[in-house]
Amino acid sequence: MDLWRITWFTVLCAVAATLLVLPPAVVVAWLLARRRFPGRALVETIISLPLVMPPVATGLILLMLFGRRGAIGRLLERIGVDVVFTWKAVVLAMAIMGLPLLVRTARAGFEQVNERYEAVAATLGASPARIFLTISLPLAWPSVLGGAVLAFARALGEFGATIVVAGSIPGATRTLSVAIYTYAETGRDTQALALLLVSTAIAFAALFAANRLVERRAA
Amino acid sequence: MIEVDIELVQGSFVLTAAIRIEARTAALFGPSGAGKTTILDAIAGLRTPRRGSIAIGGRVLFSSGQGVNLPPHQRHVGYVPQDVALFPHMDVRRNLLYGRHPGVSPDLDRVVGMLEIDRLLDRRVTDLSGGERQRVAVGRALMSGPSLLLLDEPLAAVDVPLRRRILPYLQRVRDELRIPIVYVSHDRDEVAELAEVVVLIDGGKIIAVDEVNRFHQRRRAE
Repeated sequence: MDLWRITWFTVLCAVAATLLVLPPAVVVAWLLARRRFPGRALVETIISLPLVMPPVATGLILLMLFGRRGAIGRLLERIGVDVVFTWKAVVLAMAIMGLPLLVRTARAGFEQVNERYEAVAATLGASPARIFLTISLPLAWPSVLGGAVLAFARALGEFGATIVVAGSIPGATRTLSVAIYTYAETGRDTQALALLLVSTAIAFAALFAANRLVERRAA
Repeated sequence: MIEVDIELVQGSFVLTAAIRIEARTAALFGPSGAGKTTILDAIAGLRTPRRGSIAIGGRVLFSSGQGVNLPPHQRHVGYVPQDVALFPHMDVRRNLLYGRHPGVSPDLDRVVGMLEIDRLLDRRVTDLSGGERQRVAVGRALMSGPSLLLLDEPLAAVDVPLRRRILPYLQRVRDELRIPIVYVSHDRDEVAELAEVVVLIDGGKIIAVDEVNRFHQRRRAE
C-alpha cells in the first residue's frame, strides 16, 4: 500500500540524513563551543541559515549547487553520481534542514561540560582527540542525541527544500509531507488524513524522546 | 628542581613570578586572588605566560625565548584542581586508570594501597565523600606517572578533622613516591605539616621564598 511505502521511505531518508550530518555537526558544535578561530561567527551564521531562510530558498540553493551545472553537481556527475530529483536529494535536503538544530543543541551540550574535566584529562596525558572522545562527547551525549532526534523530526516534516531539489516523483522521491500536500491538493482527503496521522505520531514520538533526553541532561 | 620565571597577564591582573624550588615540597601561600592557582595553571600548561620560562628537572616546558610551549598532555605534570574534577561518567577505577602510561605509571595496587582507596575502586565517583574524592583525585594524578604533582588547595574542601586524616596520605606520597609536590594553600597549619619551602605570594608578586622554619618565625614575629 502507498501509505506504508511513503512512510517507510520518509523514515529511511530521515534516518540517513540524521546519520549523515551527525559526525560533522558534532565536530562543528564542539569547535563552536570550545575553540576561538577566525571565521567562527561566519560558520555559526551559515549553519543557522536554513533555520531562518524560507526552505524553498534553501532548496533552490541546493538545486544550484548540486544540479548538473552546479559546482558540486558537476564534480559528482564525473563519478557518475546523480543527486537532483533522486532519493539522494531528499536525504540532502533533510540533512541541511536538520543541521542547525543538531549543531545548536549539541553545542549547548558541549558548553555545559565543565572545562576542568577536559583540562585535567590533558594533564593526565590525553591528546585533544582522546579528550573529545572520552570526556567531552560522553558528557555531552544526551544533548547530542537530543539534537539528533530533533534533526530527525525536522527531516521527517521537510517539505520546501525537498520539493525544489527532489520534486514529487511517486515511488522515487515522494515523502510524507509532499504526499500530504499532493493528496490534499487533488482532493484525496482520506489518504491525506491517514498520512497526516502517521506523520503526527512519528513527530510526537521523536520530540517527546528528544525532550526527555535534554531534560535528563539538565537534571 | 622546578624553575619558574614568568610574566602572565589575565585581564587587568599581572602575575610576575620568578622561583627556583629545590625542595621536594613547596607551598604557594597567600591570600585569595594572589595568583597562586595561576602559577599552577601555567606550570600545567593550562594558561600561557606572556613571556618567561618554565622547566622541571632541566626539562623545558615553556620558553618564550626558545619558542617552546608544550601542550598540557606532553608535560607529565599531575594536577589536582581545587574542585578535584573526577570524571563523573566513570567509576573510581576508570578515573584512576585514565592517565596510565605503561612503563611510566606506578603500580595501581601500590597507589590505591598507599591512599587507602582500594575498597572504592568499583564505586561511582558521585557516591564518594569529600576526603575520598580528594584521595582518588591524587591517585589519578599519580597514576599518570608525573614528574611533578600540583595540588590546588588540597584540604580546602574538607573539614578540619578530615584534614588530619588526609595530610598523612600526602606525606606518604611525598616520601614514598619521591615526586616533588607544589601545592597552593592559605592555611598556615597545612603549610607547617607538608611543605619544606614556602613561597609567599600577594597581588601577583612573589614576596618571599622561605624555608618552612623561617616562614613560621617570620609569622610569629609579625
